[in-house]
Amino acid sequence: MERTIAGKAITVNEEGFMKDFSQWNEEIAKELAQENNVELTPKHWEMIHYLQEQHKNQVPLTIRKVGNSGIVDIKGFYALFPVAPLKTATKIAGIPKPASCI
Amino acid sequence: MMANHLSRKLKSDEWQITIVDEAEKHYYQPGFLFLPFDVYQPEDIVKDIREFIPKEVRLVKQKIESIVAAENKMKLSNGEVYQYDILIVATGAKIAPQEVPGMSGPLWQKDIFDFYTFDGALALRNKLRDWRGGNLVVHITEMPIKCPVAPLEFAFLADSYFEEKGMRDKVKITYVSPLSGAFTKPRASDALGHLLTDKNIEIVTDFAVERIDDETHKLIGYCGREIPFDLLVTVPTNKGDELINRSGLGDELNFLPTSKTTLQAKAAPNIFSLGDATNITASKAGSVAHFEAEILTDNILSFINGQPIKEEFDGHANCFIETGHGKALLIDFNYTHEPVEGEFPFPGIGPLKLLKESRINHMGKLAFKWIYWHMLLKGTHIPFVSANMQESGKHFE
Repeated sequence: MERTIAGKAITVNEEGFMKDFSQWNEEIAKELAQENNVELTPKHWEMIHYLQEQHKNQVPLTIRKVGNSGIVDIKGFYALFPVAPLKTATKIAGIPKPASCI
Repeated sequence: MMANHLSRKLKSDEWQITIVDEAEKHYYQPGFLFLPFDVYQPEDIVKDIREFIPKEVRLVKQKIESIVAAENKMKLSNGEVYQYDILIVATGAKIAPQEVPGMSGPLWQKDIFDFYTFDGALALRNKLRDWRGGNLVVHITEMPIKCPVAPLEFAFLADSYFEEKGMRDKVKITYVSPLSGAFTKPRASDALGHLLTDKNIEIVTDFAVERIDDETHKLIGYCGREIPFDLLVTVPTNKGDELINRSGLGDELNFLPTSKTTLQAKAAPNIFSLGDATNITASKAGSVAHFEAEILTDNILSFINGQPIKEEFDGHANCFIETGHGKALLIDFNYTHEPVEGEFPFPGIGPLKLLKESRINHMGKLAFKWIYWHMLLKGTHIPFVSANMQESGKHFE
């Protein structure tokens, strides 16, 4: 399905995750962050870029992975994205949510 | 599996195949799910490792101290050093309950159990036989884990087991996952989302456990949320073998960085890997190792003959999912195609139905034990089931 984010028509899935990363930009991230009650600080941006880089390299994302990122520890990750941090952060970063096989 | 495949393809006067394994026994790991519920008995799921070694293959029962990739060497604990031309790493994944504070403490195998080991599943069986009910929490610590659907199957089978014992009303079942749902793929979620409500299983999602408070019997999340339990059945963190870490070859969970399409390790061109030991994004499941073995055999022959290695592996997995009450689901998927409804293995016919509960799927799951012992381990091709996923027979739209 399509929706308008930051003035652009964006393809998203039923849960609002972007389906095409090439459509992502920082304005979209800001709007998605606002919808999720997150105010983006430089630390948030660092984390968003880290998650995007991991996704590009096909590294499965986990809380442990983020804790070892050198950017924040797990507690710090929760401080950045208090509600379901991995789900919220991947949504803002424009990449798929961490999934299992079904 | 690889020894069985390769011993048929390679000339014995040119190649010596050696398996180094410290284990005495081989376990049918999918059977660990059934052991706690008295469906399988211990003797059904364990055999002597020697039964599966082809006669021209040498079996060395030793612990490996380290792999020295740069020198094509392997050091054993008894001091022996083996030089190899080609190394296949199949060291699997193991549970690491010590990763979560409080998990492997005083409650371990008293009120906290795993079912990913033979000992754990057996201890849990004994616990369940006398358990009078209470708050049962089925829990995944973190991904990736072997057989990602197994904890869900455990919850379904527990519902069925307690109902048959006439005590379902005395047991509250809660399923706790670090993921955003019991089903995370859209089509599976649509088709199967009702199962948890039908079976009266509560679900807690996006829960990352920080520690377990043994005194109060609670899972404590990083978010501060607490989940009380009387009986905790957890899937602890899964890690690759410590050998991979000792050899300096692993990622942060000791999995071996490997090409997801060729199964060649990143560390050296003459090291290959399959099954749970790799870091690839395919499911850590027996069927995956089986499909990988067929493709890896071709790749190793190409490597030996100096031909380019094909990027052939597509992440194909085929898994039965027990849903309790004598029924099961079947899913068939790969890196790019999520599980969908359809028929398997014959399009339009079946007899197995994809992503739908049925009795015949359950029969398929039970038959799989025989297939495992008699076909999979011996490297026999399963008729009508190809190493790459077939798109026909699947309803993608």
